[in-house]
Amino acid sequence: MHEWALAEAVIAATSEIAEKEGLKKITEVKIRVGELQQIERDILETALAQLKTDKFKNTTFKMKNVKAEFKCRVCEHRWVFDKEKVDRDTAEAIHFIPEIAHTYIRCPKCGSPDFEIVEGRGVWLESVKGVK
Amino acid sequence: MVDPRTKVIDERLKEIGRIVAVSSGKGGVGKSLVASTLALALAKRGYKVGLFDLDFTSPSTHIILNVKEAKPEEDKGIVPPRIHGLEYMSIIYYSGEEAAPLRGMDVSNVLIELFSITRWGKLDFLVLDMPPGISDATLDLIRLVKRIEFLLVTTSSQLAFETLRKLAGLLDSLQVPLIGVVENMKMTESEAVRRQVERLNIKFLEEIPFDSRLEEAIGSVDKLSGTVFAGKVQNVASKIQLR
Repeated sequence: MHEWALAEAVIAATSEIAEKEGLKKITEVKIRVGELQQIERDILETALAQLKTDKFKNTTFKMKNVKAEFKCRVCEHRWVFDKEKVDRDTAEAIHFIPEIAHTYIRCPKCGSPDFEIVEGRGVWLESVKGVK
Repeated sequence: MVDPRTKVIDERLKEIGRIVAVSSGKGGVGKSLVASTLALALAKRGYKVGLFDLDFTSPSTHIILNVKEAKPEEDKGIVPPRIHGLEYMSIIYYSGEEAAPLRGMDVSNVLIELFSITRWGKLDFLVLDMPPGISDATLDLIRLVKRIEFLLVTTSSQLAFETLRKLAGLLDSLQVPLIGVVENMKMTESEAVRRQVERLNIKFLEEIPFDSRLEEAIGSVDKLSGTVFAGKVQNVASKIQLR
């Protein structure tokens, strides 16, 4: 349920952007949800709905899933995260801290833990639209 | 694209009285032992205290405190378990006994993630066990935790002290509060470190003699609290007041 904590962060960040841009109402918020963090979208949506303030009354939250892609820094091999290939405890650890992937996942080609999470790590705010 | 996590960190820390980063210019000066023992000493004085191990690639406070089976509770974020009277947070809940090979950007991401999802609640003090030197964790804390204060640890060695001098100079130039300096593992009567610290207009908090019994106290809070080392750290705790 730490989706609630991330939803609070989305609301705080969106409110700050709205404040800076002088938006009285927020109409649309686009969020990118990286698959590595295995966010429960239902919980995130529920949390956003419950946490939103008056400014968010008619806001549409648009979420886009982003595949988690890794690139090995040693052999440059690229591959995608497959939740089915890790056990439950590992999946849960990565859910809380996506960088824990470096502890449990190795490059399938050369075995190195030195890889880059190219995209699909966690929650990002892509855009905020509103009415001034 | 905006990383929303950084926007909620102030909120997560708003009920904490003082946030004390125990840091040093070099590794191996006893920072983790000072941080853990300081947190225990503050708790012993009746304060509500959290301890957060930020040395993600080489965590060690869990060994000092003998943390084995504990896990944070999930409640709209994560709530650290209470260990020996401390709200205790560490990457080891997730990495276990395995290595966490993290580059700088990964370290930053872990730090931001844990600061944004950890719900400390009301604390008098949050003690941070820092990784050594002036790198990602130190720079991120200065950037993200506005009320951060530093307590620096050095040994009597000029090698350790010179790196501390650089760190202290950086903190001063950035107007980050410095509580003072602890000289650890002192083996001679030399006053050189004390004099140099005072010359920099920094408070010299305590000198801690090399304690040969300390190693056998690691993993036992009872044994640790009976050491000369712990007695000296209690003196440090008595000089850090809640504002």
